[in-house]
Amino acid sequence: MLLLAVRETTTLDRLKHVVNSLCAPEYFVSLTVVLFAVALLWYRRWTKPAIAGTILLLFSIAYFGSAADPNFVKIITKPDNVPITMMIFLVGFFTWLALRLGAVNDERREKGEPLLEAGSDDKVLVWPDLVYTELICLVLCTVVLVVWAIVLKAPLEPRANPSAIPNPSKAPWYFLGLQELLVYFDPWIAGVLLPGLIIFGLMALPYIDKNPRGNGYYTFKERPFVITVYLFGFLIMWCVLIVVGTFLRGPNWNFFGPFEYWDPHRPVALLNINVSDVFWITLPSRYPKLCPWSPGLPTQAALGGIVPAYIVREAPGIALIGAYFLALPVLLAKTAFQKLYAQMGLARYVVFWLLLSWMFLVPIKMVLRWLFNLKYFLAITEWFFNI
Amino acid sequence: MSVISRVGDYFRNSQVWGSIFRHGIPRDRRTRAMAVLSNVFLHLHPVAVRKSGIRLSFTWCMGGLTFFLFLAETVTGVLLMFYYRPTVEYAYVDIQGLRAHVTLGLLREIHRWGAHAMVISIWLHMLRVFLTGSYKPPREFNWGIGVILLVLTLLLSFTGYLLPWDQLAIWAITVGSNMARATPFLGHEGPGAALLTIGDVALVHAGSDARFGLLAGTYVGPNALLRFYVLHCVFIPVVVSVLIAVHFWRIRKDGGISGPL
Ligand code: HEM
Repeated sequence: MLLLAVRETTTLDRLKHVVNSLCAPEYFVSLTVVLFAVALLWYRRWTKPAIAGTILLLFSIAYFGSAADPNFVKIITKPDNVPITMMIFLVGFFTWLALRLGAVNDERREKGEPLLEAGSDDKVLVWPDLVYTELICLVLCTVVLVVWAIVLKAPLEPRANPSAIPNPSKAPWYFLGLQELLVYFDPWIAGVLLPGLIIFGLMALPYIDKNPRGNGYYTFKERPFVITVYLFGFLIMWCVLIVVGTFLRGPNWNFFGPFEYWDPHRPVALLNINVSDVFWITLPSRYPKLCPWSPGLPTQAALGGIVPAYIVREAPGIALIGAYFLALPVLLAKTAFQKLYAQMGLARYVVFWLLLSWMFLVPIKMVLRWLFNLKYFLAITEWFFNI
Repeated sequence: MSVISRVGDYFRNSQVWGSIFRHGIPRDRRTRAMAVLSNVFLHLHPVAVRKSGIRLSFTWCMGGLTFFLFLAETVTGVLLMFYYRPTVEYAYVDIQGLRAHVTLGLLREIHRWGAHAMVISIWLHMLRVFLTGSYKPPREFNWGIGVILLVLTLLLSFTGYLLPWDQLAIWAITVGSNMARATPFLGHEGPGAALLTIGDVALVHAGSDARFGLLAGTYVGPNALLRFYVLHCVFIPVVVSVLIAVHFWRIRKDGGISGPL
């Protein structure tokens, strides 16, 4: 009997250990991306109510079952983290609902049946039809809010003390995706440029997306590209990173699995390297035949002092970044994006690429960090200009 | 005729009633239309709408919920202002007092959870607008108004986060506002700021950069508290109210809630 109990705890511990390691950002983000791809590829299958319901059930069991673990329960019951649990379930539910309605509509279209939203002429009076719906929503929402307020007290920590810096210091949860990006980017990108581009990109979206189909009804098939990009941005780059930032980042912004104790003394390892280090040092020392320059970062200005030393040093990074931002779009416009380019025209395409390239620079850099400890493509520290 | 309905008739035929409601009980088409048309609040709606447009499975009532949460925040926020003084001396004590002494002390809870809920509901509203393609012509501009509302909603939440003046508050705001230090050209640690000099004098330094503008100081202190208070209680809510009015107006002018053509 006792033996069995011991065996059981060890299996459970082993399971927890596996989950802990799978939650390391490199696996967690990659896994959610795979899930995301599968979900969109097979959106018609898994959104069937029976399958989706099973998924919800299993996920809920795993999620709330995990609350038996003292470390996990400590994270999710922190009052200001409760909304994140709500976010996870609500975003999941409504993503399902929208894809489900899209799947139904797409099937109807294929069979030549009318859409769910068809019947544009059947007008109803606002009083009573709409006003009552609104009233019911309002009452339900009030009830939920009041119950929530009774059950959960608003947090109040000790009085503000400018000399006692908490570790970790975290921004409000809805900004934690951006704070998580600080691991990979300097503040001017994570905290200023990317938020600015998100706002600008959202506003520009209706003017860039020239696809006239899918206006006013749920669908996936009629606008797969734009939906994939948007959902990737919202679900992975925003919501998943919020979960990573709140649930999985502990003292010193170190990673901790959901069932791990937040140990403030865990050492931070990792020496990250720049593209310039790779080009000027690693390559010539490893492959002296192929790269016949002497290992070492250039410190001399070139061309009689016109080109400062840091530009020479960062030339490989400048070339890479330049190719990504300037050459790649031209190449794509001639190949994969040919139709898109024809639809958009030059001006729209330029804005489109500005937004898309920055959006995908984020996962690209994450992957490179995980694989090669890449710190910066371009590191002009002299100007705080690091990408 | 029962007594109740006689009393009811008496009131409904009185001059007072007639001066408030210009129409009879909304029982038929005409009076129902009048009910919406003659009420300034209901008049945000058109008189008749497309049936599929208002189906719960289509809009999820998310825009409506966001609006409702905004109203709930306004009401509880005004009540909270009775108990709260935005100074370093009093802010924290006032919140403690609010917890300990105020009868039915749910105000702060409703206000805080409502704010979190509004952040989530506005994201979901956007998700539904996006996935129904409702940002496409002729609704591009209203989507743009929406994006500004989104930013302002997040800023409302962010500025409010500081007001309890506890450890959670100042450090979250410190982390958040530290970003402004790195604004290109405008933050003293941002790329390009070093270029903005006159002779040897730097124009952008810790005492003049974007972060200083946000916090009215170089750290999250009394000035920041006052500034966030005014932004949170007056400036942003007023702008949001105006933009919500524009948003609703444009929904009607753009042909009502979207639907297949
Ligand atoms: C304070 C925030 C907001 C409030 C109170 C609000 C309210 C509403 C309401 C009540 C509707 C009617 C239909 C519905 O409920 O879905 C609506 C529609 C709409 N909203 Fe918002 N909204 C807000 C923010 C946003 C945001 C962030 C966006 C997008 C970025 C947005 C874009 C739109 C558009 C394009 C429509 C028209 C949709 C259609 O015709 O189908 N709104 N909004």
